[in-house]
Amino acid sequence: MNNPTTEPLWVKWGLLTLALAFLFCFLFIPLIMIFIRAFSEGLGLYWASLRDPEALSAMKLTLYAILVSVPLNTFFGICAAWLITKFQFRGKQLLLSLIDLPFTISPVISGLMFVLLFGSRGFFGPWLIDHGCSIVFHTPGIILVTTFVTFPFVARELIPLMQSQGSDEEIAAMTLGANGWQTFTRVTLPNIQWGLVYGIVLCTARAAGEFGAVSVVSGHIQGLTNTLPLHIEILYNEYNFTAAFAVSSLMVLAALLTLILKQYIEWKTER
Amino acid sequence: MEERLTKFINKKHRLLPGFNLTLGVATTYLGLVVILPLSTLILKTAQMGWGDFVNTVMAPRALAAYKLSLITSLVSAMVNAVFGLLVAWVLVRYQFFGKKIIDACMDIPFALPTAVAGIALCATYSSNGILGSYLYAWGIQSAFSPLGIIIALTFIGMPFVVRTVEPVLKDLDKELEEVAASLGANRAQIIWKVIFPTLLPAWITGFTLAFARALGEYGSIAFISGNMPMKTEIAPLLIMTKLEQYDYAGATAIALVMLGGSFVLLLFINGLQQWKQRRTFNE
Repeated sequence: MNNPTTEPLWVKWGLLTLALAFLFCFLFIPLIMIFIRAFSEGLGLYWASLRDPEALSAMKLTLYAILVSVPLNTFFGICAAWLITKFQFRGKQLLLSLIDLPFTISPVISGLMFVLLFGSRGFFGPWLIDHGCSIVFHTPGIILVTTFVTFPFVARELIPLMQSQGSDEEIAAMTLGANGWQTFTRVTLPNIQWGLVYGIVLCTARAAGEFGAVSVVSGHIQGLTNTLPLHIEILYNEYNFTAAFAVSSLMVLAALLTLILKQYIEWKTER
Repeated sequence: MEERLTKFINKKHRLLPGFNLTLGVATTYLGLVVILPLSTLILKTAQMGWGDFVNTVMAPRALAAYKLSLITSLVSAMVNAVFGLLVAWVLVRYQFFGKKIIDACMDIPFALPTAVAGIALCATYSSNGILGSYLYAWGIQSAFSPLGIIIALTFIGMPFVVRTVEPVLKDLDKELEEVAASLGANRAQIIWKVIFPTLLPAWITGFTLAFARALGEYGSIAFISGNMPMKTEIAPLLIMTKLEQYDYAGATAIALVMLGGSFVLLLFINGLQQWKQRRTFNE
């Protein structure tokens, strides 16, 4: 007699095999290939391609972009989340849609907007260049566009969390005589800390990995405006495959670290 | 009267401080980082003149790019809808070795830079790649072709369906199925009439998110498509080509068309979310 609340065993195995086959073909094999190709010419070349001066300067620029965009977006994210979850006001829905906007815009278009704004033939570009401040094809452009692309992450992570927690605890703190800052640091912050960490992790991962938008504003000047993903592209287009895969393997490790952090945060919040 | 009352209560309800501060920060930041760049895009197109705009936007090469973008995104979203549902089902309902690790790995396409995804897929699916060599031997061109684009977009959009369907499937009461079984339903009827309708809103949301993400994708496609005009040139690649030729106006016009498409999708997603909320509310 068939049990109608589960599938027969052969169906189970069939579905499991099919799902795993899909994941292997589209996810695991490509990931493994990066490491195989990176080490295909030995450890020596692997280390050499990571210590190449251009790779190092790309790492430095990627780090700069992270160091500027992540704190800015964290500050904005906390402000926006506080505003949206603690108050009722007109235009809230519009604000929410605007926060989501960078998620729905193609990265190429994000880059294009900044070229139109600050490029040598853009709206503010000529004036800025006359005053000795070039943005597009220079480091500030890369930092700016990275900030744009990554700015929803912290806000998006905090808004649902703070919404579900409500503001009873904060109101209680206020009635007990705490001021606004005390209420925020002693009541809200401990409640949202893990959501905040997760938002920052996601924001950092995206800031490090952004390609399309940065590619548009970078002008591909080697050693000056290359982030790690752009460095990978240049190496690959120069048929320097082993080096391209070596640098990629570094970014895969960073992505895996992100996932481990995510698991840790989930484990922390479940307790 | 009633409206004035709610207004009064809302004003009164601001028991917590920081409204002006956070409103100021949020609107200034959004204005500088989002609204200013976005309005530039529209201004630039407005400078172009209607005739030029139509000529750029309706050029055969542009039309071919939209068509390819739409078809490849749609196919990859459908592949993800089918297999994402399957993976979510397997991850929630069955027990097997390594399940936790595979579940955690589902987020890799979100965390991995798209350029890295692009070269990883090239290494796998090009003619000398580990899977590509077999596919090419059977006459299937799995890189530098529309199929290659579909493969890359499938990779990029993989987590969406899994991550939207998974929580709904987890929350689904086993008792519901038992009730249906006790009323004489067989397994196929239970899946089709009890489980599937519950999953439907989340499933469609996941599909739409994957589709929207695929439409804008550039990084991975730049490597695997081969970038041949009229054949494997998707819309974001066309914008990039125009930019490299310093045709800023042309690039902006096509960007505006894509942006229009994204907004329609965004509205659709918001509508879906409301539908989903209504459904859960009614239950």
